[in-house]
Amino acid sequence: MKKLGLIVNPIAGMGGKCGLKGTDGIEILERARKLGAEPEAPDRATAALRRIVPLKDDVEIVTVSGDMGESEARALSFEPTVIYTTDHSTTTSEDTRRAAKAMAAAGVDLILFAGGDGTARDIFSAVGDGPICLGIPAGCKIHSGVYGINPRTAGELAAMYLQDKIFDTAHAEVMDIDEDAFRAGRVSAELFGYLTVPRDPVRVQGGKAGRAQKDEHALDAIAFYLMDNMEPETVYILGTGSTLFGIKQRLGVEGTLLGVDVTRGRELIGKDVTERQILDLLGPEGGDKAKIVVTVIGGQGYIFGRGNQQLSPRVIERVGRENIIVVAAKAKIAALGGKPLLVDTGSEEINEELSGYMRVVTGYSEQIAVRVAS
Amino acid sequence: MGIVKVRKNYHQARWDEPMIMEMSTPGVRGIIPPEPEAEIVDAVGDVAGALPEGTRRKSPPALPEVDQKRVLSHFLHLSQETLGSNLCADLSQGTCTMKYNPRINEDLANDPHFAYMHPWQDDETMQGILHMYWTFEQILKEVSGMDRFTLQPGGGAHAVFTAASIIRAYHRDRGELEQRDEVVTTMFSHPCDAASPHTAGFKIVTLMPKEDGYPDLDALKAVVGPHTAAVHITNPEDTGIYNPIIDQFVEVVHDAGGVCYNDQANGNVLLGIARTRDAGFDLCHFNVHKTFGTPHGGSGPGTGAMGCRDEFAKYLPYPTVEKDEKTGKYYLDYDRPESIGKIKGFLGSAGVVLRAYAWAVMMGPDGLRETAEMSALNNNYFLKMLEKVPDVYYPYAEGHRRLEEARCSWIKLTEKTGVGTDDILRRVGDFGLQHYWSSHHPWVVPEPMTLEPCETFSIEDLEEYAQVLEIIAKEAYDDPEMVKNAPHKCAVHKRAAEEELDDPDKWATTWKAYQRKHGKK
Repeated sequence: MKKLGLIVNPIAGMGGKCGLKGTDGIEILERARKLGAEPEAPDRATAALRRIVPLKDDVEIVTVSGDMGESEARALSFEPTVIYTTDHSTTTSEDTRRAAKAMAAAGVDLILFAGGDGTARDIFSAVGDGPICLGIPAGCKIHSGVYGINPRTAGELAAMYLQDKIFDTAHAEVMDIDEDAFRAGRVSAELFGYLTVPRDPVRVQGGKAGRAQKDEHALDAIAFYLMDNMEPETVYILGTGSTLFGIKQRLGVEGTLLGVDVTRGRELIGKDVTERQILDLLGPEGGDKAKIVVTVIGGQGYIFGRGNQQLSPRVIERVGRENIIVVAAKAKIAALGGKPLLVDTGSEEINEELSGYMRVVTGYSEQIAVRVAS
Repeated sequence: MGIVKVRKNYHQARWDEPMIMEMSTPGVRGIIPPEPEAEIVDAVGDVAGALPEGTRRKSPPALPEVDQKRVLSHFLHLSQETLGSNLCADLSQGTCTMKYNPRINEDLANDPHFAYMHPWQDDETMQGILHMYWTFEQILKEVSGMDRFTLQPGGGAHAVFTAASIIRAYHRDRGELEQRDEVVTTMFSHPCDAASPHTAGFKIVTLMPKEDGYPDLDALKAVVGPHTAAVHITNPEDTGIYNPIIDQFVEVVHDAGGVCYNDQANGNVLLGIARTRDAGFDLCHFNVHKTFGTPHGGSGPGTGAMGCRDEFAKYLPYPTVEKDEKTGKYYLDYDRPESIGKIKGFLGSAGVVLRAYAWAVMMGPDGLRETAEMSALNNNYFLKMLEKVPDVYYPYAEGHRRLEEARCSWIKLTEKTGVGTDDILRRVGDFGLQHYWSSHHPWVVPEPMTLEPCETFSIEDLEEYAQVLEIIAKEAYDDPEMVKNAPHKCAVHKRAAEEELDDPDKWATTWKAYQRKHGKK
C-alpha cells in the first residue's frame, strides 16, 4: 500500500486577498484576520484530495492533526494516520517542518502539501531534496516551481504518481520573496533550494512548454557543446542550480547543486566557493582567462543575483561580459513568454553593463538571443 | 448561411485492427502467379543468375503472408480510422494550409499518358511534362519576383536544406565560409528554418519576439555580424503576424554580408499581393502542397519549390528544365558544374508538380490574388466568430490583425478548469472534425491552438468548427473529466504515456524495431 503524506498550512493565502502580500508570521496573520480574511487552504487541499478518493483502498494517508490535514482527509471519508499532533490552535511553520520530518522518517511515497512559497521553504528546510514532494497552490506567493497549476491538477498528478503512471521526477526550484521588502514595493525573490517533484510538464507550474525535449536530452546537447569548446587553460566558474548541476555531472566534475564550483578546463579547482575564493582563484586583472557559466531561473528569468550572489559584481567585472555563457533548455526560455532575462547583482553599473542582448546556449550549436533587463 | 450540423452523435469506426505483420500466416499468398511457359523460361534464361552475387538475398524478405481479401479489408479499416481532408473541415491545421485539393487534378495525375511515363525517357519524348515544369517555373517567378526555381526538393524542409547548401556554396566561393557559420531565425518561424541549416552545418541563433509580439529588430542587430551566413525567416510568422519591417530585417543582414532566405512554405496570403524579391530577399520557397493546392498526402510526396536571384542560380541542383529558344524544345540540363549536386531522383515529385501547375493555371492571376484575400478574410471572420468561445484569446501582438492564421491560447481556461489544449484538441475528434494543431514545441504561446481556415472553407465550415469549440469550452467548466479523458468516440483513445513519443527507446518506425524495443521477440 502506498503512503501519502499530507500537510495543509491552513493559514496559507490569508494575507493575499487583503493586500498583505503573504502570511508569514503571527503578526501579519492577526492583521489578516482583522481585515476579515478566511482560511482558504483547507478547501484547496480538499479539491486536490478529491482526486485521490478513487484510490482510497490502495493509499494510506499519513497526516497532521486538526486542519493541518486530518480534518480535510476525514471530510472525504479517508481514515488517516496522524503522525504528528500540533499542540496549539494557531499552527506555525515549525509545525510544518516537524510534520515533514516525521513523514520523511516514516518513508512516505509522496508528501502532498497545501501552501505557498513559505510552506515550500519549510518543507525544503526540513527534508531537503530527498523525498518526493508536490505542492497544492494555496498561498499568496507562488514563485516556486513545485506546485500543480491548480489544486485539481495537483491532486491528479499525485494520483498518477501513486499509481505509478508517472515515475519520472525532477528538481523544481523553491523560491521565496522577502515579504517585508515586497510590502515595501520591492520584489526580491531568492532561490532556497530544490524539492524533488513528479515530472509532468503539463501539470506542474512553470513547465508550460508543451511536449518539449526532455531536460536530460537538452542537458546532454548543451554539455557536449560546452565540452567540445572548452579550453584546457581557461578557468570556468560554474554557477548554481539543477541545470548547472546536470552539466557538472556530464563534465565529470564533482560539483555542488546549490554552490558555485570552479574548474580549470575540466579539472575541479574549487568546490562550493565564496566570492573571495573565486577572486583568489582568478588572480589579478590580466591574469588567467575565465568564463562564467550560469543558467536562468525558471519562470522568472534571473541569471545573476538569485541563488548565486557569490558571482558578485567584482567577479563579473573581472571575467567580462563577453565571457559569460548562459545555458538553458529551450523550454525554459519559451516558458518566459517573451519576458526578458533579469540581473540584480547589487551594482547598478554592472547591471547596466549586463543589459542588452545575450545568447543563451540551448543545444549543440544552438542559441537563443534574449534581451537582458537590469 | 446554409445548414450547420454539429455532429453530437458521431461515432468513428473502431476496428481493433492488428498490424499487418501480426496477421501473417505462413504459406498464405494473395496471388499465385502461374508458372511461365517452357519456351519463355528458355528464352529468358537464368534471371537470378543475371544478378550480381552481392545483391542476391540469402533468405526471402520477411513480408506479411496474407490473402487478398484480408489485405483489402485491413487497409479499408485503417482508412476508416482516419479523419482526412476529404472527410471533414480540417481548417484547424494551422501552418499546414489544408485547402481543398481539386479532384480533377487527381484524374490528370492518374492519366496513363502521364502516369506511365518512364523516368529514363529521352527528353525529346517528354516535351509535355518539360513544358509543364518550365511554365510552372515562370508562374512561380512571377509570383515571387525571383529569377530561377528548382522543383526538385521533396518538401519544405528539403527546400530549406537545399537553400542552406546553396548559401554554403556561395560563401565558400567568396572565401568566407569558415568565418560565416551562423544562421539566424526567429522563434515563430517554422522550426525547419533552424533544423535544416543546422543539418547543413551552420550554428543557429534564434530570436525571441519583442514583448509586443512583433519580431525584434534590435535583437537581430545585436546578433548579426561577420559570422552571419544568412537569416532564414517565415513571414507571416506562425502567429499570423506579418512583420511590417521585413525590409529592414533584410537590410541589416545584407549590410553585414549575409544572405536572406524567406520561408514562404505557406505563402497563401502573399499570392498576388507581396513579392519576396521586392522585400529584398535572395532566396525563398513555396510548399506546393500548401500554397498551390496539392494534397499533403500523409507526409508526402510533396514539393518545395525553391527560388533564387540570378546570383545564386548557378548553384541550383541539377537537372534544371531549360528551353532552347531557337527550336522551342525543352531539355534537362545536367551540365551545371557549380551546382550543389543532385538532391532527388529524376524529376522530383512530377505528379505533385502537375497538380500544382493545374491548380495555378485554373486559378489564373486574379484567382491567385483572390486566394490571398479570401484566406485573410476567412481567418479574420473566424476569429470574430471565436469571440463567443469562453477564454480564447491570442497573445503576442494581442488585438492586432492576423493574416491567414492565428495562434490562440487556452491558458485562461486551463488555469480555471485544469483542462488544457491537448485535452480540447482530442475532444474535437468526438464531433467528427479533425483535431486542431496546437503548436511547434516548445510552446511559446501557452496552451496553444493554431487555426488556419484557408480560402476554400465555407462560412458553414467555420461556424461548425466554432460551435464545437464553444461546446467543448463550456464542457471544460461543467464536466471537465469528459474533456480530459477524450476522445470517447474516435478510433484511437487517449494515449496513456504521451512522453513515450519522444523517447527513442520506445518509438518504433518499423516492425523489427517494434519487436526489439517492446520485447516482442
